[in-house]
Amino acid sequence: MEIRSINAQTITQTVKKLYMDMNYFIGDDILSALKNAQQNESSSTGKAVLSTLIENNRIAARDEVAICQDTGMAVMFIEYGEKVVIENGSFEDAVQEGVRQAYIDGYLRKSVVDDPVFERINTKDNTPAIIYTTIVPGSKIKILAGCKGFGSENMSAVKMLTPSAGIEGVRKFILDTVRTAGPNPCPPIVVGVGIGGTFEKAAMLAKKATLRPIDTKNPDSRYAQLEDELLAGINKMGFGPAGLGGDNTALGVNIEYFPTHIAGMPVAVNICCHAARHKEAEI
Amino acid sequence: MAKKITLPLTDEAIKDLKAGDSVLITGSMLTGRDAAHKRLFELIEKGEKLPVDLSGEVIYYVGPAPAKPGHAVGPAGPTSSYRMDKYTPALLDRGLKAMIGKGARSPEVIESMIKNGCVYFAAIGGAAALISQSIKKVETLAYEDLGTEAIYRFTVEDFPAIVAIDSMGNLAAPSLIKK
Ligand code: SF4
Repeated sequence: MEIRSINAQTITQTVKKLYMDMNYFIGDDILSALKNAQQNESSSTGKAVLSTLIENNRIAARDEVAICQDTGMAVMFIEYGEKVVIENGSFEDAVQEGVRQAYIDGYLRKSVVDDPVFERINTKDNTPAIIYTTIVPGSKIKILAGCKGFGSENMSAVKMLTPSAGIEGVRKFILDTVRTAGPNPCPPIVVGVGIGGTFEKAAMLAKKATLRPIDTKNPDSRYAQLEDELLAGINKMGFGPAGLGGDNTALGVNIEYFPTHIAGMPVAVNICCHAARHKEAEI
Repeated sequence: MAKKITLPLTDEAIKDLKAGDSVLITGSMLTGRDAAHKRLFELIEKGEKLPVDLSGEVIYYVGPAPAKPGHAVGPAGPTSSYRMDKYTPALLDRGLKAMIGKGARSPEVIESMIKNGCVYFAAIGGAAALISQSIKKVETLAYEDLGTEAIYRFTVEDFPAIVAIDSMGNLAAPSLIKK
């Protein structure tokens, strides 16, 4: 079996660059969706808000400063090729070090506290990042990285629906979650939906869905159609850009699904704001 | 057209602000978010003196990112206001005149705003790099240990905002009251 060695330093540098870049440079998928929304928005306040957001993205990229001050908690889905060995360090430490360096050297806000309930002391380097690793065949490492602001994260929800709820139940739960979120998660939002698996798998799928470019569709046409229907339904709610009213409450709905148990139909809705920062790299 | 307003706000100026108005704010304001609100509220409950005088002030709910060399402040957009709702009426009773944040407020906050003649502005959530360009000077006033959550004094010029809830309790959009 052929083994490939990768230096821990390479991983750290890759992660660091991913986090700095995603915070300064909005993705093309989001930028073109904002521009489309700006064109078709019928509310004049909404139109002005969208122009401001486009301008904000331009300034952030020009000055290489964060698009939003909430540079989030770092979340990564990593595919680790089983033929890779790490030299000069450990994999987990190398990834965390990349996040640490990005947030310190990149002037990104450190928003992580060490324990959730008691002292809530800031860790001062935005670690730990949340890392989901799967071992895959091959000799590459693929990193899908995002940073998640909590204005929108706080508006997310999971529900253990049962099979009799059907597609109607799924639709209703997703729309209800978005309606409850209302103006708070910095609309226009991106909605990540995870359906199936177990309780935590649905939530992970929903997170992963928020990291998929919004100009892509679920490859299964039934789910792709559901994405379109939900987007149209959400945009009828009228919250509009910045929650000040208008036609553009969401820029996209991404659904990911997974096989589930005969007795269950878990659904998770992870709400993400227009500052939907995600980036991929392969080593 | 955006209306230019200067701080501190007089009661007259507040009355003139109507829900939905776009404004450009010039002057000096306080900042504070979750942790600072909790501390202020606890002091008020104990009847103790506050580290900052709230009377006539505007507070901006923000936790800025670090400033790059040569910048007065890092990106500094609004955080969600509803998390401050529990503490807000007590602060308004202490003379706070205006708040800047994003999203909906509770009926209790709106009631207290009407009673005290206060206004709530929405800044555009996520427009942090753009907003930071209107912030010219930053001083730390209290709770330095809270880092980004400390209470700062911002000196701003043409800070862009929208009157989300005016002093009569009118809303710029129906969703701005939390159900
Ligand atoms: S919800 Fe998103 S855009 Fe809004 S403040 Fe949080 S990270 Fe920024």
